[in-house]
Amino acid sequence: MLKIENLHASIEDKEILKGLGIEVKPGEVHAIMGPNGAGKSTLSSVIAGREEYEVTEGSIEFEGEDINELEADERAHKGIFMSFQYPVEIPGISVTNFIKTAINSNRKAQGLEDMPANEMLKKIKEKAALLDIDMKFLSRSLNEGFSGGEKKRNEIFQMAMLEPKLAILDETDSGLDIDALKIVANGVNKLKSADNAVIVITHYQRLLDYIVPDFVHVLFDGKIVKSGTKELALELEAKGYDWIKQEVTA
Amino acid sequence: MAYTEEELKKELETQEYAYGFYTDIEADTLPIGLNEDIVRAISKKKNEPEWMTEWRLEAFRAWEQMEEPDWANVHYEKPDFQSISYYSAPKKKPQYESLDEVDPELLDTFNKLGISIDEQKKLTGVAVDIVMDSVSVATTFKKTLAEKGIIFCSISEAIKEHSELVKKYLGTVVPQKDNFYAALNSAVFSDGSFCYIPKGVRCPMELSTYFRINQAGTGQFERTLVIADESSYVSYLEGCTAPMRDENQLHAAVVELIALDDAEIKYSTVQNWFPGGKDGKGGVFNFVTKRGLCEKNAKISWTQVETGSAVTWKYPSCILKGDNSIGEFYSIAVTNNYQQADTGTKMIHLGNNTRSTIISKGISAGKSQNSYRGLVQVGSRAANARNFSQCDSLLMGNNCGAHTFPYIEAKNKTAQIEHEATTSKIGEDQIFYCNQRGIDTEKAIALIVNGFSKEVLNKLPMEFAVEAQKLLEISLEGSVG
Repeated sequence: MLKIENLHASIEDKEILKGLGIEVKPGEVHAIMGPNGAGKSTLSSVIAGREEYEVTEGSIEFEGEDINELEADERAHKGIFMSFQYPVEIPGISVTNFIKTAINSNRKAQGLEDMPANEMLKKIKEKAALLDIDMKFLSRSLNEGFSGGEKKRNEIFQMAMLEPKLAILDETDSGLDIDALKIVANGVNKLKSADNAVIVITHYQRLLDYIVPDFVHVLFDGKIVKSGTKELALELEAKGYDWIKQEVTA
Repeated sequence: MAYTEEELKKELETQEYAYGFYTDIEADTLPIGLNEDIVRAISKKKNEPEWMTEWRLEAFRAWEQMEEPDWANVHYEKPDFQSISYYSAPKKKPQYESLDEVDPELLDTFNKLGISIDEQKKLTGVAVDIVMDSVSVATTFKKTLAEKGIIFCSISEAIKEHSELVKKYLGTVVPQKDNFYAALNSAVFSDGSFCYIPKGVRCPMELSTYFRINQAGTGQFERTLVIADESSYVSYLEGCTAPMRDENQLHAAVVELIALDDAEIKYSTVQNWFPGGKDGKGGVFNFVTKRGLCEKNAKISWTQVETGSAVTWKYPSCILKGDNSIGEFYSIAVTNNYQQADTGTKMIHLGNNTRSTIISKGISAGKSQNSYRGLVQVGSRAANARNFSQCDSLLMGNNCGAHTFPYIEAKNKTAQIEHEATTSKIGEDQIFYCNQRGIDTEKAIALIVNGFSKEVLNKLPMEFAVEAQKLLEISLEGSVG
């Protein structure tokens, strides 16, 4: 589904990713872990197509197609979703209005008519229930005055609504207490299928207790330096990142 | 589409005026320049009674002694008032019974504007009095209104048919000598609308007027007078578009509202005069005086969406004369390229327990300058006056400006006045977030702008709100139709 080879990317002429490679197949859950400054958020931004980042070398293929030249919205239309570490506020636009606009934009790109209102409402109710979201929440302005937990839950709600093929969860656990973490993880797990894939980007192991990865990769200094199964995450938790650093620099 | 701030700015700058075209209809135009003879000629062309001619001349004499004001935060080359033609009427002045008789080219113009009479006629509940180049050429739904005793016609017709009402109220809220532009308007106004709602009558439909400027080199001087008699209610809609033009066009309208005891007037405007090219060339000068008077328990609400004009100078105001009267002002002002807007309101509290609300949303893009200027004045005998003002500014790019000039004058200790202001900027983060959800940048900007303007858009009547949203999108995006 997603194949990244020898990816080099920079921002303002500073190289952050230095030859990164990863392959994600449908049905898989990958975790990317790493210390601060390793390039975790850069990776998610580059996959999502954020303009500020320049890919200088290497390739990103999504379902066999090179997507490097595509704009962020075009990538979204292809089924790439990113849950933001810091979701932005849009005052005056309700969660419902926003998700309606997003869904219909995606449908338009696929040559479909707007989703009928009753179908939309049914879907909203269904997905809100899945994530234990109060309907009142949906009429509030997008992310405005939301707590950390509400923001993240809202991200996963949008993911549930958009049903992406590939979901990248960028530090979704940051700012969440354990109850919120469980709800969010539970939501993600319910959305998993044999046809879609999830990339969980995180600093800590704890989210991986709830969203269990098939593969764990360690990102360090812009490269994947170690890959393994979920046991690797536990090892990182126990030993910290220092031993990786030593292994790499040795 | 890609969106760095630079590209966003570029995109905003390259949009062209969507409604730029010129209708070739034979017109009957007076020679340029202004003197007493011209004022008399205008009055004569309109077959006005003697008292009206005298009223105009009084205004003209006052105007001659006045100076063009320059305190607003706008910079422009002052018009040469002697090089303007002060009257232009379509020659084929019609008395249509049906649309078939209307000049097809005129109908075509309306179609281009997306406000065809055909469409309007079908819109149940909307009567349209269209002002094309200063003279009313079509009035619909008059009969339905007449059954309720409501008068809705051109001001020229009112001067002839309802002279007692016009005589009683014209100039009572905006006197001839009020200001430079009001005086000029009083002397030379060509046409406009008149509306009278009798005692206790609730006007069953939104009254709507579309204005256009269409003749090269003619200023348009509209005069509107709305009188809501005791315990009556009316919602009045005013909308404008103008064709593309190289030279500056002067527009100096006067609108007077009178809400008698327990009456309510809701006055909504969508303004889209030609804003000038992206190089700052051309565009309409819009110097408008709008004011309403509230008697006891009366209420006046001004709602405006201002997207056009090269220079805007406009302060729809309320004189809260009667006890317990209410004044409201809801405004969205959008400026792009080299547009300059200095707009706001005055709330003059004279009666006891008077209340006013001001919600102003300014959106600036390109190299434009957007100023809010407001006055809240509480008279010494106005006990328990309340005001709440909120001024929000949204900036797009780094070359535009937003300014707020709130003036407060309270002469009574019991007054409570609140003022809130915010300034924000459309961020790349917001755009990227929308993009990531599959929403393209144009739509993302529309979404952010609509969210920002929501409190005001909500105050507009439904069909007008849709049009206003469309206009906001046209004004701020590259989506040229």
